[in-house]
Amino acid sequence: MTNTASKTDNGRRDAVLPPVDVIEDATGITLYADLPGVGREQLNLRVEADTLTIEGEVSLAAPEGLQPSHVEVSVPRYRRVFTLSKELDPDRIAAEMNHGVLKLRIPKAEHAQPRKVQIRVS
Amino acid sequence: MFYRALFPRDIFSELDRLQRDLHQAFDTSPSIRGFGRGGYPALNVGGTAQSVEIYAFAPGLDPEKIDVNIDRGVLTIEGERASALPADEKAAVHINERFAGRFRRVVSLPDDADPAAVSAQYRDGVLHLSIRRRESALPRRIEIK
Repeated sequence: MTNTASKTDNGRRDAVLPPVDVIEDATGITLYADLPGVGREQLNLRVEADTLTIEGEVSLAAPEGLQPSHVEVSVPRYRRVFTLSKELDPDRIAAEMNHGVLKLRIPKAEHAQPRKVQIRVS
Repeated sequence: MFYRALFPRDIFSELDRLQRDLHQAFDTSPSIRGFGRGGYPALNVGGTAQSVEIYAFAPGLDPEKIDVNIDRGVLTIEGERASALPADEKAAVHINERFAGRFRRVVSLPDDADPAAVSAQYRDGVLHLSIRRRESALPRRIEIK
């Protein structure tokens, strides 16, 4: 998985890069992304060819007439793009959203699963 | 106290960090509570005529375990976030950017904020605190008899 967020997003609307953890085990990859303020409906996950795009809009319930005085999150949008490698199966990605954390499970394709080779002694 | 940047490769937060480091190296009287900007959780603070609004971007917490205290006009948000990284040594960690561990952030409230009238909500990983301003501090029109 390589990250290409900064290269491909010029000219698109501004977005911040959400922090992620990517963990690989024998059967697939687990990705966690911090997307605080993004509800299930504002999350946009896409896979085109070998590109995985995670995008989310922040929606906050702000009272009327709110004057910001100190702002650390100034862009209400997250975006991050990853290139999937061939052994991953994009059709079986499972996504879960919990308290602003996205968890993606990307399994490896059947043929890429580890296999123990039996050695026969003759 | 230093925090891991919430957003990786954010050039402004990196510049901020540099500035903070320089500031701490050369400033003879740094703020007693350090320079919290850019840590976990990120904070947005604002106000209306009736209230002070604080948004803490704190994803992945158990709302029961977030501690919010107001003591003499100082609001403290603290808690702990568990790591998502596996203990299993066979798993390979390719990217590890998310914050894990204990955190604590402190905000000085304006004098007219009423510590007895606070509402707190945790939704989609954002803790929203709304602190009402005291009645006596609200703008008021004075009738002339």
